[in-house]
Amino acid sequence: MEITPSVIEEHGLTVEEYRRIESVLGREPNIVELGIFSVMWSEHCSYKSSKVHLRNFPTKGPYVLQGPGENAGIVDIGDGLAVCFKMESHNHPSFIEPYQGAATGVGGILRDIFTMGARPVATLNSLRFGSKDNPKTRYLLGGVVAGIAGYGNCIGVPTVGGEVYFHESYDNNCLVNAMTVGIVRKDRIFRGTAAGVGNPVIYVGSRTGRDGIHGATMASDSFGTGGEERRPTVQVGDPFTEKLLLEACLEAFKTDYIAGIQDMGAAGLTSSSAEMAARAATGMEIDVGLVPRREEGMTPYEVMLSESQERMLLVVKKGSEEGVLEIFRKWDLEACIIGRVTDTRRLRVLDNRIPVADIPVDALTEDVPVYRRPSQRPKWQDEAISLDVKSIPEPSDFNAVMLRLLSSLNISSRKWIYRQYDHMVRTDTVVLPGSDAAVLRIKGTDKGLAVTVDCNSRYVYLDPFTGGAIAVSEAARNISASGAEPVALTDCLNFGNPERPEVMWQFENAIMGMKEACVKLGIPVISGNVSFYNETSGHSIYPTPTVGMVGVLKDLKRHTTVWFKEEGDAIALLGETLDEIGGSEYLKVIYSRDAGLPPRLDLSVEKNLQDACREAIRAGIIRSAHDLSDGGLSVAMVESCLSPQGPIGAVVDVPSGNIRKDALLFGESQSRIMVSLMEKDVKKLGDIARSRGVPFRVIGRVGGSSLNINGLVVLPLETIADAWGNALARFAG
Amino acid sequence: MKFGIVVFPGSNCDHDCYHVARHVSGQSAEYVWHRTAGLKGLDCVILPGGFSYGDYLRTGAIARFSPVMAEVERFAKKGGLVVGICNGFQILCEAGILPGVLMRNRDLKFICDSVYVRVENAKTPFTSSYREGRVLRLPIAHADGNYFTDGDTLKRLEDNGQIIFRYSTPDGEVSAEANPNGSLGNIAGIVNRGGNVLGLMPHPERVSEEVLGSIDGRGIFESIVRAAQARGTHLS
Repeated sequence: MEITPSVIEEHGLTVEEYRRIESVLGREPNIVELGIFSVMWSEHCSYKSSKVHLRNFPTKGPYVLQGPGENAGIVDIGDGLAVCFKMESHNHPSFIEPYQGAATGVGGILRDIFTMGARPVATLNSLRFGSKDNPKTRYLLGGVVAGIAGYGNCIGVPTVGGEVYFHESYDNNCLVNAMTVGIVRKDRIFRGTAAGVGNPVIYVGSRTGRDGIHGATMASDSFGTGGEERRPTVQVGDPFTEKLLLEACLEAFKTDYIAGIQDMGAAGLTSSSAEMAARAATGMEIDVGLVPRREEGMTPYEVMLSESQERMLLVVKKGSEEGVLEIFRKWDLEACIIGRVTDTRRLRVLDNRIPVADIPVDALTEDVPVYRRPSQRPKWQDEAISLDVKSIPEPSDFNAVMLRLLSSLNISSRKWIYRQYDHMVRTDTVVLPGSDAAVLRIKGTDKGLAVTVDCNSRYVYLDPFTGGAIAVSEAARNISASGAEPVALTDCLNFGNPERPEVMWQFENAIMGMKEACVKLGIPVISGNVSFYNETSGHSIYPTPTVGMVGVLKDLKRHTTVWFKEEGDAIALLGETLDEIGGSEYLKVIYSRDAGLPPRLDLSVEKNLQDACREAIRAGIIRSAHDLSDGGLSVAMVESCLSPQGPIGAVVDVPSGNIRKDALLFGESQSRIMVSLMEKDVKKLGDIARSRGVPFRVIGRVGGSSLNINGLVVLPLETIADAWGNALARFAG
Repeated sequence: MKFGIVVFPGSNCDHDCYHVARHVSGQSAEYVWHRTAGLKGLDCVILPGGFSYGDYLRTGAIARFSPVMAEVERFAKKGGLVVGICNGFQILCEAGILPGVLMRNRDLKFICDSVYVRVENAKTPFTSSYREGRVLRLPIAHADGNYFTDGDTLKRLEDNGQIIFRYSTPDGEVSAEANPNGSLGNIAGIVNRGGNVLGLMPHPERVSEEVLGSIDGRGIFESIVRAAQARGTHLS
């Protein structure tokens, strides 16, 4: 096939990039080589627009065993164990085909975890859909949730947490970010390295089909209208095969046969072979004629670029081939030797012994094009953040406002979603979905993990730096409010088209904000993913740098949930409520405005607050703790009242000082945690708060059959339970 | 006593059942690979939950042909204790070891939630630790738990006391509102005519430890241990 300018363009390569390929090879590439370059140099695989900025993240720490650059990051948690986690996006496929797109997103991130030798113990997800008035929203929500459920439930990894938001900026580009957490023995970590010249390369898992060819390239492009035509590039998931693959891999890891392993995710066989060789500074020779196929007549180009799911590439120690093949055969999986490790630092591809591609490995991995793209503050930014608070009238009927907020899609209970996910399988889920963070036990130890995902993209839109810092802080606050110590984070940076200077400005600033929070709170970034080109017909999504965080509970028994426990307990507020309504859910739901500056964030204040909260929980005096976020104090109160063990009322009276009543009730000031505790422990909590300089005040009592906030909101529990509990189910049906 | 936990391709509650049998109940336990032909030394065989063969074709429809199932049938005929939980219940029905079928849930969605079930018969090797009429809070997690059988069989099940658990309200009222999946007669669990094979949709292994918020399910394991120990010797 002739390489014409239109062929080059179809492969998503610029003229300059093509010239560079010619110069690397010293000749014109053939079509197989062009395909390989195009996927490896795609934004999705190469991080070419983000690399220079990602370097700003702190990635090291005393407990980090594996930082970014591998299939997933790993942190030491003591007792010879480590926790392995990562988050990834599957946005474009999910918009085109919600069920399969979301399902394979889960499948892909699970493989990233067990390829490191870890047993996946939990999955979380962060979802964004368009507005409730968009007819497509309901369809996408239903399909994505069913897809996540279909895959996760079948493979038997509990889906324990997540977040979902609806906003018109996602009308034509939904977001599906999935995170998996695994546990691995510190001395049994496996990596994606093609170590040992002469070692055989083994292909295992499903057969290769024509699905998903150029998926990575698709994910690196904006949509016009009619993105549905790309449906054939979406892969189809088979969670049953992945379950077999998981068990077979974990069985193989118990032997000494494996030198390196990597899953075939984006860019399939191409990226796994090239990346494994690059990490080990070796080379690889594979014969696509030996690859098991689903259909006849596939070309080497198709085999190399297929993104068929549930496949792994193994490099095994010479002489152990039979042992490895036997394990996979036991699990009814395809397994065959397709090549060997070489010392050439080249990826050499044969088709039944006839050479079809020969490329230096580094040209596909380390030496990819890197861009520092121009960035510029958007012209509309000033208008977006301008908000004349005086023009926003304070409500006359706070009960009515409260009920509208509770029954809005972004505030209401997520039970309709998590009821479709098996969140209990593996019997480790100690705190089920619905609290600030899910809490998992680690069998055989006294320890636990707290896990959460977070991002308020409206804040990031209004002020990328502060919004990025808040995403990290809020995730950490959720972990701390559960009693755990945050240990590391993974991220999924969803942005628009990086070739637009306004998008790059958002990206750069969000990263700097996240970095600032990471440094101040002492939380390294150990893995992550960038998803650009979330743009349709020129409209970008709100910048959405999702944060997934893991915390460790040294003593699992000392964890907390958001729910009030006993009548008569005191309710106290840690932190300070400021006169802020900018960027709030209240402003959006009641006044249809995304405007103003997001809440202020002082990271020293944040750190002190979280330290105080964890200290009090460790001291055993806290019965419930809840981070105040979307919808502010009043929504947090509702969530604390509506315990799965049965609703329980509360009466609070918060001195308003000079601030607006709506800011008091619905404002989203940062660095606040509401706790409940026994009366006799109030003094102890006061001492802890004071010693760390954290504002502290008892604001009321648990009890009764209604919720009463300053006499402004007075509602029976049944009323708030119905408004908050059923809104999403009514919408989604 | 000794539990055997069968592992089919796609079983995913096998580790959970093993954990409760071995570490919570303090008994011996071993995994039984589905191609095994022999259940030597076992007192109770558990067919765990999960998605055997991916639930492809129909839940339990392929797993029932695994070599181990012929052994399970023989073991049951000899009076050995067999428990099928969730997918295990579906497999037992497909194999004809228990009567009836488990159809798609009424609302066609997977449901993971805690529900209430009333103990209908406490005179079985699986429920002797409970008092009859006691209401248990147990988790369910399935897409196909909608029990159905013909009228004659239903009558037989009722007459013989083979219905062991029914979905109920927290107060023990068996009502339509308390039925999560549309099951006929709110049936959540049944035994065979001999009373030594139990199939149930709820997951007792998920609520057998304090740390998980409830020990309502532990009684099933305790009853089995008691029954097996009373028998003294194993049957296989």
